[in-house]
Amino acid sequence: MYSKKVIENFTHPMNVGELANPDGVGKVGNPVCGDVMEIQIKVKKVDGKEVIEDIKFRTFGCASAIATSSMITQLAKGKTLDEARKITKADVAEELEGLPKIKMHCSNLAEEALNAAIDNYEHKGKKESFSRHECHGCGKKCEKRKK
Amino acid sequence: MIYFDNAASTKVDDEVLKSMQPYFSLNYGNASSIHEMGQIAKEALEKARKTIADSINALPEEIIFTSGGTESNNFAIKSIAFSNKKKNHIITSKVEHDCVLGSCKWLELQGFKVTYLDVDKFGAVNPEDVKKAITKKTCLVTIMHANNEVGTINNIAEIGKICRKAKVYFHSDACQSYTKVPIDVKEMNIDLLTINSHKIHGPKGVGALFIKKSTKITAWQNGGGHEFGLRSGTENVSGIVGFAKSVEISDKKNIEAMAKLRDYLIEKIIAEIPDVKLNGATGIDRLCNNVNFSFIGIEGEGILLMLSEKGFMVSTGSACSSTSLKASHVLLAMGLKHAVAHGSIRFSLSKYNNKGEIDLLVKELKPIIAKLREMSPLYKEMKK
Repeated sequence: MYSKKVIENFTHPMNVGELANPDGVGKVGNPVCGDVMEIQIKVKKVDGKEVIEDIKFRTFGCASAIATSSMITQLAKGKTLDEARKITKADVAEELEGLPKIKMHCSNLAEEALNAAIDNYEHKGKKESFSRHECHGCGKKCEKRKK
Repeated sequence: MIYFDNAASTKVDDEVLKSMQPYFSLNYGNASSIHEMGQIAKEALEKARKTIADSINALPEEIIFTSGGTESNNFAIKSIAFSNKKKNHIITSKVEHDCVLGSCKWLELQGFKVTYLDVDKFGAVNPEDVKKAITKKTCLVTIMHANNEVGTINNIAEIGKICRKAKVYFHSDACQSYTKVPIDVKEMNIDLLTINSHKIHGPKGVGALFIKKSTKITAWQNGGGHEFGLRSGTENVSGIVGFAKSVEISDKKNIEAMAKLRDYLIEKIIAEIPDVKLNGATGIDRLCNNVNFSFIGIEGEGILLMLSEKGFMVSTGSACSSTSLKASHVLLAMGLKHAVAHGSIRFSLSKYNNKGEIDLLVKELKPIIAKLREMSPLYKEMKK
């Protein structure tokens, strides 16, 4: 069902937890669908460029939701914000050696959570951190989660 | 590997396997053949039919062998509906197995009307609700005996009484309860009953449908007229012999032992892991081998896979829906919130489990729950 890489990232996920003073927080998903993902970033200026110095995640969800969170934080760490924004759901799925079709929305969620965290940082916290919710998974119409 | 997924399927008992073996390469005749080898098969088939019939106080000619629970349920529901077309209304519950709900939904597409009854917080159907839902147009009530996800046992004797009085056919899916809870089709006023083999240490691919004599029903699967003309197709003799053997060796002592283990597991989880919710009924209203918990703040699949890595086989809700993203329809019907329903795990026992295995399970489960909760952004807010 899952690739070895997914299982590896699920059983031994990287970058789990919360940062002491995050510069940006992005939280996406919906408990009704069974997935909520939160990404926190610490940003540092290096040679005039903004770089993701540290990144942490917390995820409520299935194994692939946790594995995609772990993977996207590994891909984003040390990247500039522009580079991080270019990480796509396809990159995440590819790095994980594929995801079951029914779980592809998890990589979508990971991409959204990272972008939400960057948005939150760029708007200096003015942009709410739980704003990019979109449901991709279960195909049911569910209420958009209010902040 | 330690197996706690016996509501999904069970180990074939050694005695069962032994009983089946002669019918593969020694007495492999077709039970419809009139030569000696065919008659040996026929004899074994009829002996098995009698064993199954006796176990539910039915007549041998009221037992139709099928390929399993799903076929029996499809056959019962669709065939009763189409054989009694002057009436077009069917009553079922929201917590039935997918093969019952799927059959009902398909019948809706064919123009039938279906009432899906609510259940209480334990997952049980109130017989009074059945009574209220019956109309002049009702041809069938189909309510499961015990729920496959949470193990709650319905009062089917009461529902049977109501249906008989209203002259409506009553079908019950007893796949989970058969041999675990006594069933007497006469006393319980049951017209059709689904049972199967692989949940009771018999082989997969065989089950039966009890159809009360004089029930108006026509064949769904046509052909050579096997099974009293109601289910054509060469009989799975070895499977049927194994099925009957698994019934023969079922023992009340095992039921009592499983109920004790079940309660031990329930108490141990409640004592050792915080913020858990037992789903379903307790005591005699619960199947002797079912334990179902929601672990607040986390999702079930993660628990399942981490337990699997440690060698423990469990299930999230129903095994059939493990590839689906939707929360359990049973738990939602019982009133659980989506996020809580997503975090449910079913542990189902058999006669082969013991106390030591349960101790090991809970010992491994505890740090897994803690690890996943540490990862969850919802745990703190949900546990309030």
